[in-house]
Amino acid sequence: MKLSRQQVEHVAWLARLGLSEAEIEKFAVELSNILENFEILNQVDTADVPPATHAVPLQSVFREDQSSPSYPQSDVLANAPKKEESCFKVKPVLE
Amino acid sequence: MNYETVIGLEVHAQLLTRSKMFCSCSTDYVNAPPNTHVCPICLGMPGTLPVINKKAVEYTIMTALALECTIPEYTKFDRKNYFYPDMMKNYQISQYDAPIGKGGCLAINSNGHQKKINITRVHLEEDVAKLLHRGEYSLVDVNRSGIPLMETVSEPEISSAEEARDYLIKLRTILRYLGVSTGNMEDGSFRCDANISIRPAGSKELLSKVEVKNMNSFKAVYQALKYESKRQRKVLEEGGTLVQETRGWMDEKEVTVSQRSKEYADDYRYFPEPDLPPLFFDRAWIEEIKARLPELPEARKERLMAQYGLPLYDASILTSSRAMADYFENCLKLTSPDKAKIISNWLLGDFSRLLNATDSDIENTRISPGLLVELLNLVDKGTISGPTAKAVFEKMFYTGKKASDIVAKGKLSQLSDATELNGIVKQVLANNAKAVADYKAGKQQALTFLTGQIMKATRGTANPAVVREILVHELGGG
Ligand SMILES: [Zn+2]
Repeated sequence: MKLSRQQVEHVAWLARLGLSEAEIEKFAVELSNILENFEILNQVDTADVPPATHAVPLQSVFREDQSSPSYPQSDVLANAPKKEESCFKVKPVLE
Repeated sequence: MNYETVIGLEVHAQLLTRSKMFCSCSTDYVNAPPNTHVCPICLGMPGTLPVINKKAVEYTIMTALALECTIPEYTKFDRKNYFYPDMMKNYQISQYDAPIGKGGCLAINSNGHQKKINITRVHLEEDVAKLLHRGEYSLVDVNRSGIPLMETVSEPEISSAEEARDYLIKLRTILRYLGVSTGNMEDGSFRCDANISIRPAGSKELLSKVEVKNMNSFKAVYQALKYESKRQRKVLEEGGTLVQETRGWMDEKEVTVSQRSKEYADDYRYFPEPDLPPLFFDRAWIEEIKARLPELPEARKERLMAQYGLPLYDASILTSSRAMADYFENCLKLTSPDKAKIISNWLLGDFSRLLNATDSDIENTRISPGLLVELLNLVDKGTISGPTAKAVFEKMFYTGKKASDIVAKGKLSQLSDATELNGIVKQVLANNAKAVADYKAGKQQALTFLTGQIMKATRGTANPAVVREILVHELGGG
């Protein structure tokens, strides 16, 4: 399966990645190769195999509903590029 | 052409757990300063590991069972990927194709008819951060991020704004009975989005679906859906076409306004959350939760009618909140079943009136069931009159004092002594010669007026039956 230019651009947009012209060409080939390999895997008959969603043999891991202290506000905001009113400051968001 | 409205509702309810969905930050954030209920997990720092709050899953199972959903043996969480500043990790942990509850239903009353609305699913996810808009920029408070959020999705089977409102009220009542959510729309712990479209009456085909957001009260949901179903008809009548879009409800202007939709907004690329192992439910656990479910509003309503002979109207209002129904039944534990209707009258009448007037809840009332029953006993024994009981009740409501103490202190005992009443009646008649003349001239209302004057003179303590007897005697004939 060959990915179209538009598909590459769309995937890049979804991941908020800015790709140069050369990169779009390059990834169209590379991503297509990956998909081709999955097409080979697709030939295996998996009719009787339930779909796997996790690779680690763990299940039903819970914690009890107990609260414990959070981090100090100054630590929470320590890495914020911009802050104001004890909040993270970001570009305006249209509601 | 004749159109019919088709509505589906998505309701998000914050769950009343102590800690967040995937970390142990406290959920008690409403009055907290910004970013004080935050840790690396709910802040979405790379390398952190979420762990599922068992209580949140239990609450979701309770709700799913109450809505008659099927609980599958296997469920899992998925990542919903999108970029928005309210989402710290750039994905929300939610459930995609294996929700905790599937295929339930909720009975509503529409114009006196019962109607079942099918529930597509009940699933669990995490709430997102809160955005504060400052015009030139926005601020992010992460306290809300990670609060357990339960989403209930209905099938598009609701046919009017009235039905939508009834569905919401019913759903909220159930959540409150279960104790899993406060159900408060005003503070955002209970939120509703709607999908609404119209179609030619009787047809199966749906026209373009509009998603309505920003409805922050029951009234707003009702008004927005009413407005939108009219607007869509009008667009078609005027020869226009409907487009699939998101519209926001503007509370002050009472209109919906098209919101610029995010491009590719629905391309969420869900995939299984690798950090959370899947859940396999032990049947015994589900059965144990089922056994612990409280009696639900619909069943309780039926029982109150059967057990106490209450009218549908009384039973519906009494069971509209679990606290009210509990109060009612706690009273009846202290007195005989034949007092049910009288207690219901008090609860639906003066009690509700005072609760509304003071914007308070029956949970916090100063009048315990024992105090109310004591008051009713005083009326029964003839110690106080009906009108006095109302006045005493009001005093009890504000002070929490015992009825017998208020009566003793205020000299409010019912005045039944004929000699004493005789004197008062004579005095009132002498002072109201015109009313007496009117009565003798055949005006029956004059008697009501005179009775009122006597009650006033005795501060409502006069025994009405004795007063009437004396009046009739004094005025000659009846
Ligand atoms: Zn946290």
